[in-house]
Amino acid sequence: MSLLSVNHLNVVFRQRHQDLQALFDVSFSVSRGERLAIVGESGAGKSILGYSLVNLLSKPGVIDSGSVKFDGRELTTLTARQWQEIRGKKIAMIFQDPMITLNPVLSVGDQMVEAIRSHTRINYNDAKKLAIEKLAHVRISSPAQRFEQYPHELSGGMRQRVIIAIVLLLRPEIIIADEPTTALDVTIQAGILQLLKQVCEDNGVALILITHDFGVVSRIAERTIVMYAGRIVEQGPTLEIINDPQHPYTQGLLNALPQMALPGQRLNQIQGNMPALNNHPSGCAFHPRCPYATDKCRENTPGFVFSGVSTVACFAIEDMLAEFDPEGGWQGEVEDE
Amino acid sequence: MLSFVLRRLLQAVLVLLTISFASFMIQGKLGDPVRQMVGTSVSVEQREALRDELGLNDPTLVQYGRFLGQALQGDLGTSYYYKESTLTVIANRLPATLELSFCALVLVIVMATPLGVFAAINPKNWLSRSILLFSTLGLSIPIFIVAVFLMYFFAIEWRLLPSFGRGDTTQVLGLWQSGLFNKDGLMHLLLPSVSLAFVMTPIFIRLIRAEMIDVLQSDYIRFAWSKGISAPRIYFIHALKNTMLPVITVGGIQTGTLIAYTILTESIFQWPGMGFLFMDAVTRVDAPLISAYLIVVGLIFVVTNTLVDVVYGLVNPRVRIPGYSA
Repeated sequence: MSLLSVNHLNVVFRQRHQDLQALFDVSFSVSRGERLAIVGESGAGKSILGYSLVNLLSKPGVIDSGSVKFDGRELTTLTARQWQEIRGKKIAMIFQDPMITLNPVLSVGDQMVEAIRSHTRINYNDAKKLAIEKLAHVRISSPAQRFEQYPHELSGGMRQRVIIAIVLLLRPEIIIADEPTTALDVTIQAGILQLLKQVCEDNGVALILITHDFGVVSRIAERTIVMYAGRIVEQGPTLEIINDPQHPYTQGLLNALPQMALPGQRLNQIQGNMPALNNHPSGCAFHPRCPYATDKCRENTPGFVFSGVSTVACFAIEDMLAEFDPEGGWQGEVEDE
Repeated sequence: MLSFVLRRLLQAVLVLLTISFASFMIQGKLGDPVRQMVGTSVSVEQREALRDELGLNDPTLVQYGRFLGQALQGDLGTSYYYKESTLTVIANRLPATLELSFCALVLVIVMATPLGVFAAINPKNWLSRSILLFSTLGLSIPIFIVAVFLMYFFAIEWRLLPSFGRGDTTQVLGLWQSGLFNKDGLMHLLLPSVSLAFVMTPIFIRLIRAEMIDVLQSDYIRFAWSKGISAPRIYFIHALKNTMLPVITVGGIQTGTLIAYTILTESIFQWPGMGFLFMDAVTRVDAPLISAYLIVVGLIFVVTNTLVDVVYGLVNPRVRIPGYSA
């Protein structure tokens, strides 16, 4: 059984005159110890998905319908008190910008000890010992000294390590990392990603990595979900998606990677922009930017089909597959050579 | 650390110099001291001689230098009315004003903090809306109306509390006439300090609420939630500490307003403090007393704000000056 399973999740932002829907019918699951990436441009709903899994959506966002099950237990109906036991202890979260994730007026030690002590009955000195151990575990130099320091005395990379140490303190079963390296210097990014991957492997922790960077995905995640305008458009094993992207949006994203362009050439880009929440296109939300869009795409929302590589929501793929005879054999036009 | 303290001291000295110069100039413009001393029956020549003798014909800067020199020796002149050193007169009234301001300040903190925090945590609650409405009203009602209403109901209609004066006082440590240690003194303190607190509280409610709403939306608060920390700890440790940083600074500046309001409050309740004394001095054109009051108040303001800076440093680790180089 999967550790976390999300089914038909719909998230809306309640407004006075209209509800703005941010997530549409999102379903996926994560197994114990699995590393999953959620990829998409800004505004695709990745972070909102992350926050909705721990019930930390900013107001007025709410889960409208659907279910989130952790280890068989329904999370969407929990009380605030019950959430307190899940957060940190079962599902932990790492945020994008380490410079603003730690409280500036509390010492590193305070912020570590309080995390342990709000979940476990343990005295201060034992908690402190655990905290210093964890700081050493994430390879922070002179951890005992760092324990006493305040966040402003640490660099960005160091702070993200501290945050990872805090998150590990409670031995969570899933870590949701929302763009954990985006705000960091490129030279530090690789180290933090490596650390994140390693601590998850060592402790058997599942990881949901939210990112817009396919370069990051390939190094860490076993499985990948691609999101566009609040919907999952493709999901499958990372390697296969990268080698043979099916959805036109995934193709566009991969094609936009800098290494896909020749030196001196303009970088590739997907024409157009992610639609705003109040301006959601009809049919397949990607159709205004899609080179293969047909009338069908403008009117209907595609369902998921298995392409042989990944699960995709795209009419173009569906049509292509339909040309296969279920019995086998190619039924389409054969090009003359 | 040493350079920080020295810099603060230098600033304080500059502020005090400015205040002393201003009050010295005021003193020169308020009536003629010779006339105060000798009346009208003395000839013009004799007056001129007296003026020379008193140094009143010297250039302004020389006079100011002399004034400053005396001030440094603790001599801010002699009150025309009390025929006593102005500092002694003020020192006798200082405890009453300090106790009134202190009680008002405690009331402001005790009322504004929970109300501001509550309004920030539950922005849509009807109670929060009423708190906000009350604070808007409070901001726009002047203190003399509040004070007179309180006096009317509590002192005259219901006869629960005395309407004027300081009541019984007790000697504390041989140097302080305090009204805080007996029932009569406390009863007298209640109405003036509530009135004073009433005009100061709204601004702090609004400030705390606005700051706290900002803080609650920050990433570090969301991270604290994601750690599974209890709501009270998030509100009162994580959020309130950050909320208080700007509030402390504004609080220091507001001591100026508080002192200004003590003048009104003390006049209304016949409270025998510095503010009341100042109003009397103004009506009597007691120039030395007026300028001494201004200097003492300036000193209080400077000392308070220096203390506020120190407190700010204690709460905010980012401005703490490290004693050792890292």
